[in-house]
Formats: sequence, structure tokens, C-alpha cells
Amino acid sequence: MPEAASLPGTLGAVQDLSFGSRLRGYLRAIGAVVWKDLAAELRSRELLGAMLVFALLVILIFNFALELDVRARQTVTSGVLWATFTFAGTLGLNRSMAIEKDRGCLDGLLLAPVDRSALYFGKMLGNLASMMIVEAIVLPVYSVLYSTNLFNPGLLLVILLGSIGYTVVGTLLSAMAVQARTRDVLLPILLFPVILPVLVAAVKASTGYLQGLEAVDILPWLNLIIVFDVIFTAVAFMVFDYVVEE
Amino acid sequence: MIEVHGLVKVFGLKPILRGLDLRLDEGEFVALLGPNGAGKTTLLRILASLSRPTAGEVKVGGHPLPARAGEARRILGVVSHQPLLYGDLSAEENLKFYGRMYGVPRLDQRIAQVLKTVGLWPRRRDLVREFSRGMQQRLSIGRAILHDPLVVLFDEPHTGLDQEASAMLDEVLQQVAARGRTVLMTSHDLTRASDLAERIDILSKGVIAGSYRRGEIAASELPEIYREVTRA
Repeated sequence: MPEAASLPGTLGAVQDLSFGSRLRGYLRAIGAVVWKDLAAELRSRELLGAMLVFALLVILIFNFALELDVRARQTVTSGVLWATFTFAGTLGLNRSMAIEKDRGCLDGLLLAPVDRSALYFGKMLGNLASMMIVEAIVLPVYSVLYSTNLFNPGLLLVILLGSIGYTVVGTLLSAMAVQARTRDVLLPILLFPVILPVLVAAVKASTGYLQGLEAVDILPWLNLIIVFDVIFTAVAFMVFDYVVEE
Repeated sequence: MIEVHGLVKVFGLKPILRGLDLRLDEGEFVALLGPNGAGKTTLLRILASLSRPTAGEVKVGGHPLPARAGEARRILGVVSHQPLLYGDLSAEENLKFYGRMYGVPRLDQRIAQVLKTVGLWPRRRDLVREFSRGMQQRLSIGRAILHDPLVVLFDEPHTGLDQEASAMLDEVLQQVAARGRTVLMTSHDLTRASDLAERIDILSKGVIAGSYRRGEIAASELPEIYREVTRA
């Protein structure tokens, strides 16, 4: 292991090149970005407020528009839920990256001496946390409005995996879209075609759990979501540096 | 500390920097003057590894860019047009965030020291969005020097500041330079540049068209020289 050598006169410039030290720095940077996003959001409540109001309005509108009986409700539940999460999530993704861009803070992040993929994972985890908070509020409200029990461990797992896939791709594409003047319109246009496989799989797996299908019927959809999550996490890890570069 | 040879930067078909050469030794304070669109900000962004050069060699602290940008960023502090601060976080929280990103040891002590240096210690718990432009700029300087960088880049730091805030900024700039840090500052203010810097470089049409050490020319001659060089 190479010896730690500090650069004279600079703080925090200990150039310990060991894997452990670099990993600690990497994780510390991810943690710092998540902490910063959540601390700023808890104070302003801009992003969560907008996502939550939008999500609740969507399920309310569907509730009145569809006028469903109990049987039909079970059939459409997964579709309504994922449409709600997807549209509310887009609002959050757009805002989360716009905050960085508008005040030039993206440059502040890019100036940090860390691998830029750490910034991506920090933003991605922040977005995922926001999405999970919205989902945690929407699910009980939906259960009451539609008289459907959504607290099924299998369904919750699908929601978690689907949300990861959504934010993995969404964070990467929002970093691309934020450079454009038409970013609000551009993000959904870029995002929805790419996340289609994970959305279809999430809707199918969710319906399977709600209708009590056998695990063997649900597993292929679940596997598809997991594969999507892994592939797009790897893609984002490799390309984020180029996406944010001028 | 900063070495630039034959730097070319082209945006689309428009060349901004056309084979620029620049050298700053350790502890030097250089003011970079030039008209709007001359490429001052572009040069600083390349030195800060925020933009890639189209051609040419760039080294910061001996680290070639963009190949070893991570190492270069470790010894670099940047103050840009924008404060690079989060309005919904307090002054202290902003520095805490950036301190964690840079892995600054004994962070709380260092934050207190920096906030006192830039005169914001009494306002440390206030949200940045409530700060005036001058206070944001002071905090921005605090952010840039938090990890005690060897090289500090200032991009028109006096823009939008009133006289009092500008004087305070000058004091901070002099403190940074007095600690032996290498400083490159872009400016439109000829008087201020000649007061602060040891050397004045004039950037025009994508190259350094003139370079003058303090004492080589009188401050009163600078406006005329600047006009001649940028007109040529």
C-alpha cells in the first residue's frame, strides 16, 4: 500500500491512494450530496410538496373518473399507481437537477475532487428518497380511496425495485436535459421511452401480486426489473462524467 | 503552478482561445484583463477542469488536464460569477457540505476560521437566500478557500459588489496572496487589478497579447496600454 503523503499547505489533500481510503472518500461524497439534498428539501419542501400534491390529485381524479367496482379496481390498481409514481417522479427529477443548474451549483459539485459518478449516486439516492416518501404517503391514501389493501410485501418489493430503475435512468437523463432550455418538456420525452421496459414489468408484477398469482408467474417480470436496474446503474456509472461535461 | 501551452478552445465553429500560452509560478498573483468575449471565463473553466481544451497542454500543480483533473481539483479553489451556494442551506451548512466533499479534516474548526475570515461568523446560521450579493460573494470566497487550496481562480469577483463589499473582498484577496497562494483573477477593473496583482496579462483575440509586471508600467499608463493592445 502506498504511503499517505500530504500535499503541503492544503487541507483535505491527503493523497492516500489505497483502495480503502478512496472508497471512504467516494462514500463520503455520496453521503454529502444526499445530506445536502434532503436538508435543503426539508427546509423548502418545494420538491416534495409539488410531487405529493400532484400524486394525490392524480389518484383522486382516477377515483372519480373510473367509477370502478371492487373487481375492476384490483385490475387497474397497478396501472394507476405506476402512472401516478411516474408523473410525480418526473416533477421531482426535473426540479432536483434544476436547483443545481440555476444557481451554478452544478459547477460547485463538479469542482469537487471526487469521481463524478459519486455525484450521480448522491443525486440518485436523493431522488429515490423523495420518491419513496411520496410513495409512502400515496399508498395508504390509495388503499382508503379504492378500498384495496396495498400492503403486500411482494408489491412493496416491486415498488422499491421499480422506483430504483426509474430514478437510476431519470437522474442520468435529467442531468442531460437540464442543459437544454426546454428541459421541462425534454425530460419526459427522453425518459418515458427508456423506462418503458421497467414500467411494463413493474405493472405486470404489481398486478400479479394484487391478484395473488403464483410466484413462478411473477418472477420473470421481477427479474426483468432487477436486470434493468443493474444494467442502467452500470451505464450511468460509466457515462455520467461525459453527460455533465461542457 | 499553472502552465498553458498552445491552448485552443473552439465552440462549434467559433474559436475562442487560439493557441494561448500562460505561466504562473508558485505564489504569483496575476490579473487577467480583456474585453467581453475575449475568452477569460473560458480559460478559467478549462483551468478548473470544467471544460475540456480542444487542443494544447494545460497543467495545474503539475497535473495535466483533463487526464489528472481529480488531482488538480484537489489543490484548486474557484470563485465564479455565480456563488455556487445553496439558498436553502445556512452559511455554515453550505461550508459543511463542501468541506465533506473535499474531505477537510477538523471541519467544524476550519468552518469557524473561514467564516471569521470572510466576516460572516455572526450570520453563520442564516439561510444563504437571505444574504445580500456582497455577503454571498464573501461566502463564495469562504467556500473556495475552505480546503486551503494552493491555486485560487477568481472570475470577476468584484462584479455587482458595492464599495464596502469590494474593499472587504480586496482584503480577503490580499490575505490569500500573502499566504503564498497562486492567484489568477479576471477583471474589467484596471485600477483594482493594478493595485492587487503583481502581473497584468491582457487577453485579446484568444491569446495573451500583453504581459506587464508591477513597476514596469505606471498605473496611469495602463488604460492607454489596454486600449492599444485590445484594439490591435
